[in-house]
Amino acid sequence: MKPIIRVENLTHTYGENTPFCRSAVDGVSMEIYEGEFLGVIGHTGSGKSTLIQHLNGLLKPTSGAVYLGDRDIWAEPKKIRDVRFRVGLVFQYPEYQLFEETVYKDVAFGPRNMGLDEKEIDRRVRAALAFAGLGEDLLEKSPFDLSGGQKRRVAIAGVIAMDPEVLILDEPSAGLDPAGRRSMLENIRAYHRQKGTTVVMVSHSMDEVAENVDRIVVLANAGVVMSGTPHEVFSRAQELMDVGLNVPQVTQVAMELKRQGVDIDPAVYTVADLRAALAALKGGRR
Amino acid sequence: MTDIIKTEHLTFSYPPDEGKEPVLALKGIDLTIEKGSFTVILGHNGSGKSTLAKHMNAVLLPGGGTVWVDGMDTKDESLLLEVRRRVGMVFQNPDNQIVANVVEEDVAFGPENLGVPTEEIQRRVAAALQAVGMDEFTMHAPHHLSGGQKQRIAIAGVIAMEPACIVLDESTAMLDPLGRREVLDTVRWLNKNKGITAVLITHHMDEAAMADRVVVMDSGSVVMDGTPREILVRMEELRAIGLDAPHTVELLHGLREDGFDVPLDALGIQECARAIVEAL
Repeated sequence: MKPIIRVENLTHTYGENTPFCRSAVDGVSMEIYEGEFLGVIGHTGSGKSTLIQHLNGLLKPTSGAVYLGDRDIWAEPKKIRDVRFRVGLVFQYPEYQLFEETVYKDVAFGPRNMGLDEKEIDRRVRAALAFAGLGEDLLEKSPFDLSGGQKRRVAIAGVIAMDPEVLILDEPSAGLDPAGRRSMLENIRAYHRQKGTTVVMVSHSMDEVAENVDRIVVLANAGVVMSGTPHEVFSRAQELMDVGLNVPQVTQVAMELKRQGVDIDPAVYTVADLRAALAALKGGRR
Repeated sequence: MTDIIKTEHLTFSYPPDEGKEPVLALKGIDLTIEKGSFTVILGHNGSGKSTLAKHMNAVLLPGGGTVWVDGMDTKDESLLLEVRRRVGMVFQNPDNQIVANVVEEDVAFGPENLGVPTEEIQRRVAAALQAVGMDEFTMHAPHHLSGGQKQRIAIAGVIAMEPACIVLDESTAMLDPLGRREVLDTVRWLNKNKGITAVLITHHMDEAAMADRVVVMDSGSVVMDGTPREILVRMEELRAIGLDAPHTVELLHGLREDGFDVPLDALGIQECARAIVEAL
């Protein structure tokens, strides 16, 4: 697989030359592959938000580099705006950043800044709203009259409308109720599947990441401590817990079964997988 | 008198959009919260759970029906201060509840407003910070703390007013797992050791497991009321109103379908594993 983004020995230090000097990201190297659905997980303060703000050039590395394709994104600082169009970033609680009079205008803001013509803007706005799971009946409404979940979807549509090569979402389901969370993730998965766009989702919910992504990068204490498929990562569940992360409940049950002497792979993370493993076990015993 | 909060036929509607009929956010709630209990109120967004919570210390007043706090009718304006003194409220966003530049001053804000004498305030602030495990941060700047720590400061600010009951209105919704754990452990400790009645509004099902009682709301009504074990096993019904059962329950349901003889209410990790081992 070909990396679309490559992070090389990235360090970011806040408050340099002050008593509060602290490296939020310290010597991180990682790759994001073209077309993958990557989960980035870590507790508060692990450096995940600082890291992703480097991926579209919102923050500049204190040292190290970020490559998009083959180019160092800071090779020509004047062209950093192009990087922001190609790598779309949806912040945490993006609903606080809506500002236009209508949903249409808000979602059109990005494509308009890209200098696209009206026809193309219109096409993109409608497509983005559909991906975000919103109906066209909302187009002329004020975004401020919508529910919290709908507002967040408008904000996500605003980034999708720029048709980025990489879509990064920082905690897209934070604060949503279970049904809202489920449908938000379904929309993101469908977008990834239909567009083939590279998607990076930051989350602190292990369950959510386990069920959705192809690959996981685990951050702790400003560095990458693990990366791999969900199965590879959850086979090291104890280490995850040691760095203060919750592992999925299903994995915890499997680990406990193993501890109680059941011959089972503790790296399962979905209810269906554990059911299958237990059914096989029971069948074998008969 | 063992009830700290009692609602009778409580109805409420928010002012409607122009030209529209008002919609009832609460449709006749009859609920009593016992002194010293730990109750979790569950519901999806828009189910009315926060609206109900805001009636518990007269942030909102009933459109119809009555709310009593420690026997006081919340509609009686002359009792407002007494009502708020009995029931303290912690809100959702940790950044919207900090009023001072130093932790100690922030926690003192409530009792100062109640006219508590200075020496007594000092005692209460120290005790409150100790109770939430934040005493080493007494002289820190609140905006440098984590979300979970900020919420514990907000809780300390409430308990410095020495309320009989503390209501947490989705106070864990914006926190990460570690922050949530800190807040929940603090609330449970206050409930068990200080006898403070706790009402926790949330949509996190795992938080419900630790309560004495779970009340589930949907479209403005109470639709389930019982112990966590009674409520959390009702997987299909919970799904139908936009909630989830814990994964342990989902697993046990599935295993039953697969012919395992397991109980449905082994909510905890260890008891769930034990039940499976026995059925293998």
